[in-house]
Amino acid sequence: MTINSTGEDMLKEVLLVEDSPGDVRLTREAFRDFDKNVRLHVAIDGVDAMAFLRHEGAHANAPRPDFILLDLNLPKMDGREVLACIKKDENLKTIPTIILTTSDAEVDIAKSYQLQANCYLVKPVQLDEFENLVKSISDFWLTKVKLTQQPHGR
Amino acid sequence: MPLEVLLVEDSPGDVRLTQEAFREAGTRINLHVAADGVAAMDFLRRQGIHGHAPRPDFILLDLNLPKMDGREVLSCIKEDDDLKTIPTIILTTSAAEADVLKSYQLQANCYLNKPVQLDEFETVVKTINVFWLTMAKLPPRPDSGLERDR
Repeated sequence: MTINSTGEDMLKEVLLVEDSPGDVRLTREAFRDFDKNVRLHVAIDGVDAMAFLRHEGAHANAPRPDFILLDLNLPKMDGREVLACIKKDENLKTIPTIILTTSDAEVDIAKSYQLQANCYLVKPVQLDEFENLVKSISDFWLTKVKLTQQPHGR
Repeated sequence: MPLEVLLVEDSPGDVRLTQEAFREAGTRINLHVAADGVAAMDFLRRQGIHGHAPRPDFILLDLNLPKMDGREVLSCIKEDDDLKTIPTIILTTSAAEADVLKSYQLQANCYLNKPVQLDEFETVVKTINVFWLTMAKLPPRPDSGLERDR
């Protein structure tokens, strides 16, 4: 899928860990509008997310994500735990992990940065603001930021 | 309250460009400059002449620096339980994959290439400004339970 070796026009694999089908749909549509080079994978709970990242079970052929959008409040295993697992794993810790949550509680923000979240974003409730946020994620993380290059589709 | 930003950069030209780009972007920030890695750590630990230095809300860090290089500074920040929560953004001319990977291993919050073209340099600073200073939630200041005023 690599178009060139500079990383600029490469297909980006993004893992969205989100249990709300409405938010998944909004995120998917916003990425589709702003960046055609994104392939969005969805994990609906923390256990599913870790299985995806570790290529377990149904996710044996999952690609390594270029970055992760992680909700905090998730069924089965919550986002803080998922974040801790990612950042303790030598192989996974280099994947930028962005918290995307409705919580703007200082305790959640502080805890996420302590666990080495790469950044923390609050999900806006207004539809146009939500789209605007996805656009800035796309502008910043997919266009300006240098991500690590790794083999896809392992 | 303006945001406190620490720029760790040894090139006076790049310091000036960064200052001007932030000024144009119109965000109220106090830009502090450390010209080498030792000065950066002194600033963060409030040592020597930096006894009254504020805690930065975020850090822009070059990799190639005199005295103590950026990788070492990053590693010191991210191994320190007090400092590790400060978002630390690598801003460097190096596009080497080894530097990108090493920086993420050391838990840099993100890695940006410093463009050589003047207008592109301004664009990058503006993007940092939009994303980190208006979109992202920065860690709360330990010394105040108050929501920061942007």
